[in-house]
Amino acid sequence: MKRKTALYGLLVALAFIFSYIEVLVPIPVGIPGVKLGLANGVTLVTLYLLRPVDAAAIACLRILLAGFTFGSPVSMLYSLCGGLLSLLVMWLCRRSHRFSVVGVSVAGGVAHNVGQLLLAAALLSASVVWYAPVLLLTGTLTGALIGLLCRSLLPRLEKMR
Amino acid sequence: MKASRKNGDVWLIAGVVAVALLLFAVLWLLAERGTAVAVTVDGKPYATYPLSQNTEVKIAGVDGGSCTLVIADGQATVVAATCPDGICVRHRAVSRGGETIVCLPNRVVVTVVGAPAVDGEV
Repeated sequence: MKRKTALYGLLVALAFIFSYIEVLVPIPVGIPGVKLGLANGVTLVTLYLLRPVDAAAIACLRILLAGFTFGSPVSMLYSLCGGLLSLLVMWLCRRSHRFSVVGVSVAGGVAHNVGQLLLAAALLSASVVWYAPVLLLTGTLTGALIGLLCRSLLPRLEKMR
Repeated sequence: MKASRKNGDVWLIAGVVAVALLLFAVLWLLAERGTAVAVTVDGKPYATYPLSQNTEVKIAGVDGGSCTLVIADGQATVVAATCPDGICVRHRAVSRGGETIVCLPNRVVVTVVGAPAVDGEV
């Protein structure tokens, strides 16, 4: 129990710091919403190490913390929409046993962008659909990168469980 | 076992890329088509003509010159102009949002407008 509490705290802190890093160092591609998704990587690792409900709890805590510290209510809403849809899709993909960590991560990255795009379409206007092709492709790319990272991380982290 | 898992990844990535390209093609073909051409003479608005209506108009440029603008099949072209170079006449027909035909001697600019989404963004 103590061990699990410590692991929980560690993962939340890590996700929080990753969110901060991505606010500090945005990817200069000129498209709003494109980022590497390091914090989402923590969610992915949690999904593999602990239960899905733990991953959801850590994702929500991270989003709340990051939102209150260096975000706004609107950015928090975007993060929640993307993060939770991403988690849901990654969980389903993992359960299907058809994909490796990389595939699950790609699905998560794409779902994250789709979630944010849907919210943007609801809040702003339907014309944000123009961003959809680009966001699908960047979601695939960043998801694959995070997936590769997690693939080499997971065997090392297994011991921490 | 491991190979079949990797297969899922490949199909997933290929699927997403295919959807993205398809979406891009559909958006490009359908939505970016302009709805009208806006004509300005010497920087001032002159007139706007819908692309859906076939017309032929003579646009009075500066210094008594003129251009003849023809709209047919949703495309706009300049078929004749009172200028020595005729660059605007040789320009291909325009129909997509933002495309422009310029007749510099007459100071006539024909721009396709009304494409959704390109402006009005945050």
